[in-house]
Amino acid sequence: MEETKKMTRADKKALKERMKHLKSGKLEKRDARVGYIFMIPWFIGVAAFLAYPLINSFWYALNQIQITPMGRDFTFYGIKNFTDILLQDPDFIVELVDYLTSTILSVPIIVVFALIIAMMLNMKIKGKGFFRVVFFLPVIIVSGPILGQLNAEGAGSISAIDMTALTNTISSVLPSMLAEPISDLFNNMIMTLWYSGVQILIFLSGLQKIDKSMYEAAKIDGGSGWECFWKITLPNLKSMILLNVVYTVVFTSNNDQNPIIGLIESSMFSGAPGRGYGYASAMAWLYTVVVILLVGLFALLLMTRKDAYEKQVKRAKKAIKKDARNRKKIERRNRRSAKRIERQRAQGKITSRTTSREDY
Amino acid sequence: MGTKDKEGFLKQFLVYALLICIGFIYVYPLLHMISTSFMNLDDLLDSSIKWLPSSLNFSNYKQAASSMNFWTSLLQSIIIAGVPTICNLVSCSIVGYGLARFNFRGKSICMGIIILTFVLPSQVTMIPTYVLYSNMGLLNTLWAFILPSIVAQGINAPIFILIFWQFFRQIPKVLNEAAKIDGAGYFESFYKIAIPSGKPAFITVGLFSFVWYWNEAYLTNLYVHGVYGDSSWTTLVIQLQNFASNYSNYQQTAGASGGGVATLNESINMAGTMLSIIPLLLLYFVLQKQFVESIDRTGITGE
Repeated sequence: MEETKKMTRADKKALKERMKHLKSGKLEKRDARVGYIFMIPWFIGVAAFLAYPLINSFWYALNQIQITPMGRDFTFYGIKNFTDILLQDPDFIVELVDYLTSTILSVPIIVVFALIIAMMLNMKIKGKGFFRVVFFLPVIIVSGPILGQLNAEGAGSISAIDMTALTNTISSVLPSMLAEPISDLFNNMIMTLWYSGVQILIFLSGLQKIDKSMYEAAKIDGGSGWECFWKITLPNLKSMILLNVVYTVVFTSNNDQNPIIGLIESSMFSGAPGRGYGYASAMAWLYTVVVILLVGLFALLLMTRKDAYEKQVKRAKKAIKKDARNRKKIERRNRRSAKRIERQRAQGKITSRTTSREDY
Repeated sequence: MGTKDKEGFLKQFLVYALLICIGFIYVYPLLHMISTSFMNLDDLLDSSIKWLPSSLNFSNYKQAASSMNFWTSLLQSIIIAGVPTICNLVSCSIVGYGLARFNFRGKSICMGIIILTFVLPSQVTMIPTYVLYSNMGLLNTLWAFILPSIVAQGINAPIFILIFWQFFRQIPKVLNEAAKIDGAGYFESFYKIAIPSGKPAFITVGLFSFVWYWNEAYLTNLYVHGVYGDSSWTTLVIQLQNFASNYSNYQQTAGASGGGVATLNESINMAGTMLSIIPLLLLYFVLQKQFVESIDRTGITGE
């Protein structure tokens, strides 16, 4: 059985290989050509607004650029811009560490919060539409200046809850490096929650796609709601979680409330010696690398995680094997002891039948 | 927990209580903004008044509106958000259709680049693009926004391409084949089959593109408004960003002509903020169903 399966798989692979070498038909070729025609705007866009600026920006990053009345004056700098930013800039590293800690802390909070809200909205409740409208509202009105105004007004935190007691406890328990971002997070709780509108909707549509009969089957087998959540809901939402995490990281990184972005802009238009377009480009490159690494880290963390179902299956298989081994062991022992008893009886040492075979 | 069974009374009660509490936290800044924007100076100073102002005071709105140049800014905001949105709709739908319908060499590379552009912070391409625009003389004109959106590289264009891609993939291929048998060419089947059946995707992309362009302060400031404010283009959001300086200018000119203008206070600030989001709020309450259901319908969540 196993072998035939393998054979067919190998066959399929060979077939695919052969198909690759086959010439594609006329129709397919024409299809492909039309596909390129549809993609033309995008190709132009990538060349003009992605490849060209990227290459240029890299070139700028290696230069010191001064704006003179005659035009832009390039001086080749090598990697001096980068070393300057990393070693001498007073703000960049500080802001970067702040950004990293706050992102790593807030992304799980946003995603978990969105999941909880989505699960509550997925229950049988009245006014579902109303709540959806409320939770999606921030997506519409969030923009840099508006958040700035609200923060300046102090509307970003909940004045009804006294935050000072909380922050004091946090700073007394945790080292200051962790305590500060965490208490910042609590102080800006509303703003953090405001970022989760799209995520809630994504989770909600994911939840609605889970097959209801799975829950019914689990219930028949005696699964509690808690178990259903860990073993059905969460594994089914795995791709949604990844999507949401990536979305959240990208959104918080490209948001113009982010201090690093302000830093890049201010050094772009700064007339100070050593600053300017080249310096800002180098900073933007460093920032980009950090953001991509962060997205990659989160993606890796979520993708390699085996889901609960697979783990369960593996454990069950192991248990079955162990059981079989044990049974064999017991059988062997039984046979041995039975033989021994037979032998002893034949020698006439035992006369009673207390340890005879029937007892097993 | 995720199921749709009938829950016990206590659990139901708990869920409602939580939802209402969190919902309140969500709209709290908005409520705060509305109530503060109507307060007069006495209400602001009176610590016993927290939520309800003693009287509805519209003078804050009047002053904020005239300092922001409300009607001109509103019109320009609509143009700045609307025109690139239309370009986005056209270009992203074409590209999304190309990705969804046709198989060609290098398609997966294209998808990879689209996802990469989504992750890439716009700051890394910003400086050379700025230089490019200033060389071409496009800086401080609307072209700086139109041009990238025509070639599917506008703000958040990767998301829009992916929405169209997802949506056009769901249209059964049989429809296209039937059209082909009836003698329709590739482009005819695009605008006679894909576009009419892709209406939800168009609505979603249109709404989101409009909202995102409307709320974009950073790039608008850089490319269209001008860093030194040297262009006639402005939007409500940018007016809000420079609210304090705008207001003091207004105060000087209006004060010189003899009108009594209050000094800038929280209420006027909040009135200005309200003014810049009221158009979006109106749009949202009219079209909320489309907004909220859009993610469901377009299948952005990916299968």
